[in-house]
Amino acid sequence: MAPVQAQAVTVTSDSSIVPEKIRDGIDLEINGEHYRHTGDPQMPLLWYLRDVLRLTGTKYGGEHGQNGADLVLLDGKAVSAIDQPMTKLAGRQVVTVEGLAGNDGSLHPVQQAFVDEDAIGCGYCTPGWLIAAVDLLRRKPNPGDDDIDRLPNLCRCGCQTRVRSAIKRVAAGKAGQP
Amino acid sequence: MSNDRTTVHNQIRLSRRRFLQVLAGTAGALVVGIRMADAADAPLPLAMLGDTFNDLGAYVRIDADGNVLIGARDPDTGTGVATSLPRIIADELDADWNRVSVVSLGLGVTDNNGQPRWTYGRQIGGSGGSIPAAWNDLRHVGALARWLLLQAAARRLGLPASNLRCDAGTVIAPDGRRFTYGSLAADASKIALPASVPLLKNAANYHLIGKPVGDVDARAIVTGLTRYAIDEHYGDELIAVLAHCPWPDGTLAQIDTTDTLAVKGVLKVVQLKPEPGQPLGSTVIAPAVAVLAVDTWSALQGREKLKLEWKPGASGGESSNALEQQASALLAGKTDPTTRVRNDGDVEAAGKKAARRLEATYFQPWLGHVTAEPMNCLVRLDKDRASLVVPTQAPQKAWAVVQRLTGLSPAQIDIRVPRVGGGYGRRLDHDYVAEAVMVAKAVDKPVRLMWTREEDFDHDYYQSGSVHHLSVVLDRKRQLLGWNQRMASASALAHRNTPDNRLWTSELHADQLPAALVPNYRSDWYALNSAMPRGPMRGMPHTSNAFAVESFIDEIAHSMKEDPLVTHLRMLGEPRELPLSVGGTFNTGRLANVLKLVADRIEWKNWLHSVNGLGIACWHIDGAYVAHAIEVAMQNQKLVIQRVVCAADVGRVINPLGLEGQLAGATLDALSTALNLAITFKDGLIQQHNYKDYPLASMAQLPNAVEVIVVPADDRPPAGASFLAMPTAAPALANAVFRASAVRVRRLPLMKELLRML
Ligand code: FES
Repeated sequence: MAPVQAQAVTVTSDSSIVPEKIRDGIDLEINGEHYRHTGDPQMPLLWYLRDVLRLTGTKYGGEHGQNGADLVLLDGKAVSAIDQPMTKLAGRQVVTVEGLAGNDGSLHPVQQAFVDEDAIGCGYCTPGWLIAAVDLLRRKPNPGDDDIDRLPNLCRCGCQTRVRSAIKRVAAGKAGQP
Repeated sequence: MSNDRTTVHNQIRLSRRRFLQVLAGTAGALVVGIRMADAADAPLPLAMLGDTFNDLGAYVRIDADGNVLIGARDPDTGTGVATSLPRIIADELDADWNRVSVVSLGLGVTDNNGQPRWTYGRQIGGSGGSIPAAWNDLRHVGALARWLLLQAAARRLGLPASNLRCDAGTVIAPDGRRFTYGSLAADASKIALPASVPLLKNAANYHLIGKPVGDVDARAIVTGLTRYAIDEHYGDELIAVLAHCPWPDGTLAQIDTTDTLAVKGVLKVVQLKPEPGQPLGSTVIAPAVAVLAVDTWSALQGREKLKLEWKPGASGGESSNALEQQASALLAGKTDPTTRVRNDGDVEAAGKKAARRLEATYFQPWLGHVTAEPMNCLVRLDKDRASLVVPTQAPQKAWAVVQRLTGLSPAQIDIRVPRVGGGYGRRLDHDYVAEAVMVAKAVDKPVRLMWTREEDFDHDYYQSGSVHHLSVVLDRKRQLLGWNQRMASASALAHRNTPDNRLWTSELHADQLPAALVPNYRSDWYALNSAMPRGPMRGMPHTSNAFAVESFIDEIAHSMKEDPLVTHLRMLGEPRELPLSVGGTFNTGRLANVLKLVADRIEWKNWLHSVNGLGIACWHIDGAYVAHAIEVAMQNQKLVIQRVVCAADVGRVINPLGLEGQLAGATLDALSTALNLAITFKDGLIQQHNYKDYPLASMAQLPNAVEVIVVPADDRPPAGASFLAMPTAAPALANAVFRASAVRVRRLPLMKELLRML
């Protein structure tokens, strides 16, 4: 088959042909990529991530994100993805657990510290802890036990003590070290 | 199905029912597996080998490039078996762990004249049995693969295999020449099998077993790439969310779906009913209405708009309070127990010789499972095939539900089991699988069924509350002369085809402390009847009994003004092996040892003088031993858990890091439960619908660390440990609270009772 040749088109300013308007949508940035949501503006971010984008690292925990499994960073702050309707997110930046590692696959220090400490039970709650920890360490690079105590996450498998060690490991600059 | 890319070789008998089997995979791969005996003479389906694991029970695959793929057969619900089972195989194989990847095997089933044949044998997660079973059979898989590789190298070198050795994925000749496993795999797969099973390694040569290693899925988990069942897709599936009847035995009186069907994206509403005559856990848990939509958000909105009127059944009259009163009345009355579980010596006669007697009653609430990943199931039904992704602890039981509802033959049912977001016994039941299949039958599309968190709280197979009445008599020398435990609860085995005379087995353990240590010992179980669904729960019945027994021993010590460690050690007596009624033995010395270890670590000798409160407790489960020592402080009305020490003796340890995680995790789970958790119901309605009503402990309420001591015990095979640390945490806590506050908490959850009594 012969390659299709590009054809020059002359567009004049008084053309009566108006290009079809691109559908209205909500533009936002997720893990550094641009997305436009054109569905129900009331759809919570959680379902947009999980059902539409198939970014399933952010977990469903419950209504109002009571166990912290659905935390994401919204403009750098940890929030429950189920409590964020898409309509509030125009022009904003979201980072999910999938967006923590570097493009070269290098783990974020918090991720690395969780691996180092084996701070994982079933692992379902882990993405939420990671986001909460990143948020905490941004606010307090050297958090005390009281600060760690205030993390909102719940874990039935009992990985809290190892999570605490992992956060302290990051603060001490020891992520990735033996 | 035939496939000329692969050749079936010989097989060796491993035990009466199990065979080792070797296959040559594509591209020079060596594959070794275990098959069950009844498959021996049937033609073998050989599809797919080389691309993925097939249904032959393949566990190890060594590729020509040296990569080793090992299958994990038991679902990993957070117990670490996806790491520890492959480690057992890899050690025997002398594999280089850095070259090993692990895949979860999914359900292994083939057709045996219409009956299922389980190609991987046992496949259960979270029961504490995974490692002991793997120790018995999976080691042989690694040993056979290693033997074949050695033979292949021996032929290539023209040397006897006995002159060669293996190290980290290489065979090494005496002159230093080396062959990687990858370079030998193709030849090895063509070697005839030995007449008998190759010898297992000498334990001195273990290079992975006993060494700490992190979870194989850790990297995938922290990057958010691990797919749980709830994250899986078949591309075009519909989402189904449910509204269940609040009463398991209720009925749907009225339904109006007009507004629901008006929601954009909602396609259909389907009604579900429990199938009469089916045991609990294999059919729908309560009548339900499923809303099907193109995505979760539309389905949830549609569910909101349902107009439903439910009518209660007989359970509508039940309340947890009334059940507890019934339990107390039963124990106070003169009626015979439902089952006399154990009766050594003569408890009545012993009572007459008593120098000292004591009694106490302990109360424990109903509990829920609250798995992090709510119930869900992905299913696609074709005319001749059912494909499912199921978050289950027992894929064979899930299979039975699918088979019953579809009528498909065994091998037409394909069940994948990814990593599971918590089990704790909830996923030994498969009501959600029945629901998913029923819904998929009503639409012509794949379906992903998903429970909301509220549904998950409101519709569980709960742990029954219980009342324990304990009485003891001691002689003048402070020896326990008689012990009488009477317990009332609603059996977790009721309505599950369990014979009446076995219903007690989920509630009491015949060998639990201090059985066999007291000459006159009796334990009685009284059945409560309840329509509230119940089922298996992590750590039960040990957790509820250990709270009563180990609190009571502390009370006995206090009544004698004695150090409870001394009381415990006197009770345990000389180190000796006592027979267990279920087989195996109870070694009193090992139990005393873990108790002394935690006492030493927490500096128990200060217990009387400490301003903080110290408490200890110990327990044994089928040849595994555990103890806790806990230090608490009362700061105004606030309880602070300062230190927690846990010691365990579980025989040989496969992965110390994993074991430590299991012991610490179970400790924290047990503390979280004991501190705050209770399920209650009134008029048959569960009163806890979300985490705020059922508050798992926050970081702040839990100790900052759990100090774990693992007793070296390589002289014994490994025992299961996934729930070993649950039973002793709560009594050690309550005993510590007593020392710190002078309040004896005999009712859980502890915080509520403590605040009431302070
Ligand atoms: S690791 Fe399972 S709930 Fe946290």
